[in-house]
Order: sequence, then C-alpha cells, then structure tokens
Amino acid sequence: MSKTFTAVLGILVLGGVIVASSALFTVSQTEQALVLQFGKPKDRISEPGLHIKIPFVQNVLYFDNRVLDLDPPTEQVILSDQKRINVDAFARYRITNPLRFYQALRNEREFRDQVGRILNSSVRNSMARNTLGDLLSEKRNDIMLEIKNRLADETKNYGVEIVDVRVGRTDLPPEISQNVYNRMRSERVKEANQLRADGGKAKLTIMSQADRQKTVIIAEAQRQSEILRGEGEAERNRILGEAYGKDPEFFAFFRSMTAYRSSLAGGDTNLVLSPDSDFFRFFGHQTGKK
Amino acid sequence: MAWKPQGGGGPWGSGGGNSGGPWGGGGGSAGGGNQPPDIEEMLRRSQDNIKNFMPGGFGSGRAIALAVLAALVLWMFSGFFRVDAGHEGVVMLFGKHVPEQDTGPGLHWYFPAPIGRVEKPNVEAVRRIDVGFVAAGEASSSFGRPTSVGRDVLEESLMLTQDQNIIDVDFTVQWKVKNSGNFLFNIREPEVTVKLAAESAMREVIGQTSLENALTTERELVQGKTRDLLQDILDSYKAGITIIQVQFLKGEPPAQVIEAFNDVQSARQDQDRLKNEAQAYANQIVPTSEGQAAKMIQQAEAYKEQVTKEAEGEAKRFVSVYNSYKVAKDVTTQRLYIEAMEEIMKNSNKVILDQNGGGVVPYLALPELQKKSGGQK
Repeated sequence: MSKTFTAVLGILVLGGVIVASSALFTVSQTEQALVLQFGKPKDRISEPGLHIKIPFVQNVLYFDNRVLDLDPPTEQVILSDQKRINVDAFARYRITNPLRFYQALRNEREFRDQVGRILNSSVRNSMARNTLGDLLSEKRNDIMLEIKNRLADETKNYGVEIVDVRVGRTDLPPEISQNVYNRMRSERVKEANQLRADGGKAKLTIMSQADRQKTVIIAEAQRQSEILRGEGEAERNRILGEAYGKDPEFFAFFRSMTAYRSSLAGGDTNLVLSPDSDFFRFFGHQTGKK
Repeated sequence: MAWKPQGGGGPWGSGGGNSGGPWGGGGGSAGGGNQPPDIEEMLRRSQDNIKNFMPGGFGSGRAIALAVLAALVLWMFSGFFRVDAGHEGVVMLFGKHVPEQDTGPGLHWYFPAPIGRVEKPNVEAVRRIDVGFVAAGEASSSFGRPTSVGRDVLEESLMLTQDQNIIDVDFTVQWKVKNSGNFLFNIREPEVTVKLAAESAMREVIGQTSLENALTTERELVQGKTRDLLQDILDSYKAGITIIQVQFLKGEPPAQVIEAFNDVQSARQDQDRLKNEAQAYANQIVPTSEGQAAKMIQQAEAYKEQVTKEAEGEAKRFVSVYNSYKVAKDVTTQRLYIEAMEEIMKNSNKVILDQNGGGVVPYLALPELQKKSGGQK
C-alpha cells in the first residue's frame, strides 16, 4: 500500500515538474518573446520575467530586445560631383514589434539581407545628391539623418526602430587615392621649394643688408674723420696764422731758415757756391764786402 | 526533456543562444540555460536513491521528506555568490532585471537558478579598443590570430580630411562600464559597437578638420571632439558606457606621401639654416665695420689733435724766437742766418767757383761727388 503510494507520488511529482517546465518560461531582460500556438502568433511578451503558456500547444520565439547592429558590406557610390567613393554605412536598430518583425522577416538573418540592401540603396540615393565636400563638412550629419529617415520610412512595417545610421568609412577608390597622394605630394614639394626659396631670399636680403650697413658705417666714419682732419688743419692754420701774423717779415726769414735746415742739412747736398754770395761776405774781405 | 523552440535560446531564457557579447565580461556567473534539467535530475535521482536505499520502503514518507528538505537546503546554499572588487552584481529574477537587488562587492545571496541569476560585470576596469592598428600580441579582428608586432590596419586608419587629403590616424579608445544594467541589457556586442562608433566619430571629426590642423594644432581638439561625439552616439544607444579618453597614437600623412611631408620639414630647417648663416654673416660683418669705423674716427681724431698740438708748438716756438728777436733785430737775424748756413754748409759737399776768375772752364765731376757723398754715409 505505502509502496504504491510512494510510487504514485513520485510519478505525480515527476509529471508535475515536466508539465510545469513546459508551461513556464522566462524572458530575459535582453529579450522579448512571441508565443505561437501551432505556429500562429498568439501573444507578444515584452516584459521580462516568468511567464506561462499552454504546454505542448504553444511555443515561444525569442527576439533580442537590445540595440542591434546592421553593417552591410561597403558599397561604391557616385557622388553628385561624379567622384566615386567607397562608403561603409551601418545602422543600429531595435526590434520594437516582434510580431511584425516575425511576419515580415522571420529572423535576423533575413532582416540583415533585406534591410542591408535598403540601407545601401538609401545611402546611394542620398550620396548621389551630395558632393565629397558636403560629406566632409557639417553636412555629413544631415546626410546621415536623411539616410536614417529614409531607412526608417522604408522599414516602418518591419516592426523595428532605426536608432541610428552612421557613415563609417568613406574612402576613395585606389586609383583616386593615388591622385590624391600625387596632389598631396606635389603640394608638399611646392611648399618645400617655396620654403627653400624663401630661405635663399632671406639669406641674400640679410647679407646684402649687412653689406649695405657696412658701407654706410664706413662712409659715415670717413665723413667724420675728414671733418675732424679738416678741423684739425683749420685749427693749425689759425694757430700758426696768429703766431706768424705778428711779424710776417720775420716769419718769412725764420721759416726759410728752418726750411733750409731741414731740406739741405742732410749731408747729401752738393752745393756749387759763388764766393760772391752773402755767406762769403767775409771770405777774403776782413771788413766784409759791401 | 524540454523541447527547443525554433526561435532563440532555451526556454529558461539565458539568452545565450543568440547573444555573443556582454556576458563575457561577467566571468564565472552562476547559471546557464542548463540549470533546470539539473534540478529535475536531482529530484529524480534523489527519488531513485531513496528507492535504492530503501527497497523495503520501510521509512516511508518521513525519509522522503527529509531527503527533499536536504536537497532544498543544498539548493538554497548554491544561491551564495561572491562579487569581486571592482565588479557589480546584477541580479535577475526569472530573467528580469531587479535593480534594487544589485549589489557591490562582497558575499551575497539570491535565489539560485533557475529562479535567480547573477551577472557580474567589471565596472572599474578600463577597457581599450584600438582603431587603425592591431597592438602586438592581440588577435586581429580580421585574421583572428595574434600578431607578434603591432600591425597597421590601413582600411581603418586612412581617413579623408576636410580639404580632401588623406591622413593616417591610429587611436585608442578607453572606456568603462557606466551603468551595468544598460551595458548588459541594451546593446549586443559592446566592443564592436564602440569600435564602429569610434571609427565613425573620428572620421566625422577628421572630415571637418583640415590636414594641416589635424597634424599640428588641432590634435587635442580632434581627440576631445571625437570623445564627445562618441559619447553622444553611445548615449543615444543607452549603452551604459563612459568614454574616458580618445587618444591619438599616430596622426601622420600616409606612407605614400610622408617623404614629401618630411621634406617640407627639412626645407623648413634649410630655410632656418640659410637665415642663420646670413645672420651670422651680418653679425660678423657689421660689428667689424663698426670697429673699422671707430678706428678711422680715432685716427682722424688723433690727426686733429696731433696737427693742433704741433701747430701750437710751432707757434709757441716762433713766438718765443720772435720775442727774443724783437730785442735785437739785426744781430739776431744775422746770427740765425749764419747758424743756418753753418749747419747746411757743414754737412754738404761744397764747390766754390769764382766766376770772376775767368778763362778756366770748370769741370764738375758730379758722379764723383755723388760717390763721395755715398761713401760718407
């Protein structure tokens, strides 16, 4: 009796656990769920926690509740200025209506496929109306916003919210990059040449300025020294004139004597004299010639 | 036991089935999706054990109750968990976040699996994401194997500047968890999110900066702007992430043109060198000529003094002589004349010719005289 009871109790407990485990399900904080009854959407659960469903009849589909990323492959687009660039745009989205999402797309992979294409075509369309210059300016934000709005508009039936669309890489194709490099290089060469030429110019300027300064300084010194010399000579003339002016006759005599002495008394002079000269007045005349 | 729905993960909702990211940070978290079968199995096994131990079924209900109680106590004990320093315990009840139960470091208890669940993200650690290069020893995202040396990832690091030049930028982003709830529950793959957003933000900022400025004066500004923009982007995702710093590791022209850029630098130095050379020349020549000028002026000054002094001396001498001459004019004149003549005659070669002598043609052997005078010297 008690043996049977134990066995029955055991079976009951076991059965209860099995039923409970298929009737209860949890939805995590990062998820939302869709309850399907024989494959048909029945209930949408957006609140995380413990939930109940009819065992064996209903099953549950889980969808992510977080911000998800959509990063379709890089796409080459043509800008309105006919420049081609590679654009890598990516979107962030969140599943807001799992029922619609499930009905329209079934799963995330499908979503990536379809919406990735839509994103790329939005990017193409928006880019085609802008120049590279626009993309490299504050307008970039507007362009991203425009793409976001376009994408949101085209995916409004998919049960998703487009959180953000951003343009990541915007690269020039290799051959155009090469042109850019060439231009950058030639600009630098130009700059370098300019710098060197400026240097040469500065050098010549500074040196010739120095030379000019030198010339001016020397000339100025020349001027001053000539003036000084002139002053000196004038002073000399004044002093001598004053002294000699006391007796011009005596000056002539005295100065001549001095001059004779300094010019003739050197000892290398040959004199041919006449005994009649004044010096020889007493030469043969005791009383002197008259 | 449990069936698998075609949707996401297991029925116990770990989310592990379709999520990759944030759980990784938790480290040693309690509970995965496999806890419930364990419980069932435990119960079943305990019943089996009871049957095995008591085939006769003597102890009956009391023994079973005791065993169940023991199992329950054991199970309750498994609810203890430890949160390490710098981590935060994020508590979930049936998968639902219970913010009031979140804890700091220490030993705590919460309902064990399958009822409760705890994630323990590190909220203090500063995490780093490299953009534009793969640091040495880290797995590259594209090749998945560690590299022994840092490697440039050009497709990440080459960017267009406002003036449509190309710049090569490597930078790192340092970030940490600001709000563990948001971090765990709002974004999938936070690393990827931060990286993509960082790249996009940097490109946007660089795209609004000219090459020249990005390379030189506005580096700091670009870092700051990128940080702010990146923070805004992540906040718009409610990612629960704080960007601590965006830091340039490299900001230079691309390898293809760097030589030309370096040449500009060396040209700039050449320019300075030429200027310095010229300046050196000027510094040498101007003072020299100034010195020369000073010398000339001093010489002139000296000449002036000299001439004046000499003149004064000469004048004084003359005046002195004149004063003495005034006393006895005739005698003095005579004396001065004779003295002068005496001196001249004394040292000269003399030939005296009397013109009145007549007849004789005088012969003057001038060279002879010269010789004589030369010999005298």
